[in-house]
Amino acid sequence: MTYNNYIKKTKRNKRIILFSQLFILITLIFLWQYLASNNYINSFITSSPKNIIITLINLYKQNNLFIHIFITLKETIIAFLITSIFSIIISVILYSHKLLYKIIEPFLVLLNSLPKVALGPIIIIWLGANQKSIIMISILISIIISIETIYNAFENTDKLKIKLLKTFNASKKDILYYLIIPSNKKTIFSSLKINISMCLIGVITGEFLTSKAGIGYLILYGSQVFNLNLVMSGIFLLMIISFTLYKLVNLIIKNSSK
Amino acid sequence: MNLTNELISINELNKSYYSINNETKTLSNISFKLYKNDFLGIIGPSGCGKSTILNILSGLISDYSGKINKKKDLKIGYMLQEDALFPWLTIYENTILGLKINKKLDTNSKKYVLNLLKKYNLFEFKDKYPYELSGGMKQRVALIRTLALKPDILLLDEPFSALDAQTRLSVSDDIYNIIKNENKTIILVTHNIEEAISMCNRIIILTKRPSTIKNIYNIELDNNIKPTEKRKLNNFNYYYDLIWRQIDK
Ligand SMILES: Nc1ncnc2c1ncn2[C@@H]1O[C@H](COP(=O)(O)OP(=O)(O)OP(=O)(O)O)[C@@H](O)[C@H]1O
Ligand SMILES: [Mg+2]
Repeated sequence: MTYNNYIKKTKRNKRIILFSQLFILITLIFLWQYLASNNYINSFITSSPKNIIITLINLYKQNNLFIHIFITLKETIIAFLITSIFSIIISVILYSHKLLYKIIEPFLVLLNSLPKVALGPIIIIWLGANQKSIIMISILISIIISIETIYNAFENTDKLKIKLLKTFNASKKDILYYLIIPSNKKTIFSSLKINISMCLIGVITGEFLTSKAGIGYLILYGSQVFNLNLVMSGIFLLMIISFTLYKLVNLIIKNSSK
Repeated sequence: MNLTNELISINELNKSYYSINNETKTLSNISFKLYKNDFLGIIGPSGCGKSTILNILSGLISDYSGKINKKKDLKIGYMLQEDALFPWLTIYENTILGLKINKKLDTNSKKYVLNLLKKYNLFEFKDKYPYELSGGMKQRVALIRTLALKPDILLLDEPFSALDAQTRLSVSDDIYNIIKNENKTIILVTHNIEEAISMCNRIIILTKRPSTIKNIYNIELDNNIKPTEKRKLNNFNYYYDLIWRQIDK
């Protein structure tokens, strides 16, 4: 097999995969629409692609579509930034104060194993039924695991390299700056990717508990008034938001690690 | 040798490591002196405390008992057993790491490092990354990283242990050459008797743990020839035999 053939074959495989994926997606959508239009399934409880589109257009006409998207996006991004920045800062603090880590470790484990959504009602009572609570719930859901991941990576840094820096009389700060942070860049970045997904989960959870707007609100409201078109539209929007955010974080990471 | 040439004097050095369950007595009454331009070898069985001595001298370990007198403003460089190069830094960036940490990176020190890289055939690799270098080259980079800070004394802990036998010989020639050129005082820790004889002018033999000094030998071989050449001298075998008998098996 020549090099050219190899390239051709790889490219063809790529096309086949993409084409098949699109084919499956489109078929499913058309099948769904076909079954709904011909009353093989009850579109009142399954909705249909056409109804979703109509619902989205209506939302747009009422000037609501982008408000909902914007609110969920805003909450997610704020939660993501706070989670990411604080989990790095807290990991650094814990790493440089081993004794402190030993003391709070069981509490972290406890907090980590607790289903954070259970804390939702308390947070709403403390912070009020507003966006603050939603963001807080989202942060709680994502930050503990993020701290654990980054801290463990810090802790597993090559001891030999630490010893080397100490032979140069490096201070704790030097060791962090020259070794711990750069050698764990990969873990920090992959925890950012997990954070963005976890924060969106957290925001939707928060919006389910208390909200006046947002995609979570749309879905919850839709289910309460038994408007499955609204529920499905919400899920559709959520898919797009989650995909876009993930790609965005990926892009930022790729650019910054060049 | 007169007193002004004395760089370090170690008196009655004792060291134990502690864990919850026991005490590991490691060094017991170690005393020796290091003079300017010494090339001092330390050999002894595995786990006897050779690295511990270097860790104490370099200041990495500070809880020990005994007296260590160092000449004022003595700068000690420590080259570890493994090269420990940072894979995300280029060769040049690796060699200036110690300078950066000590805030001594300026035009002069940069020039000095670039010169060392040139002199020891690493200049064209300065923008490459460690994985692109052979084991021996990495060892030389690690040495230059240590030399960059212009230490008066170099502590070398099994500097050739990561290399295969063949490379080990040529790298020890290289490094011997570098060290002689840069006019340094050396403590070399090794398992290898031949290596010690071919490079050092004095050899300390340690016993098993808790280790004491069993003997100190002066090695009188021509210091102007390469270690690999020294191995061919008649006296070499004499020293080998002498030291081999002394080492705890
Ligand atoms: N940080 C430590 N904590 C506890 N015990 C230690 C520590 N470092 C070394 N030891 C113990 O002290 C003894 C001497 O260790 P050291 O590393 O100095 O030996 P060594 O002579 O350099 O051995 P090798 O030739 O294998 O490198 C060993 O028995 C080791 O188990
Ligand atoms: Mg050792």
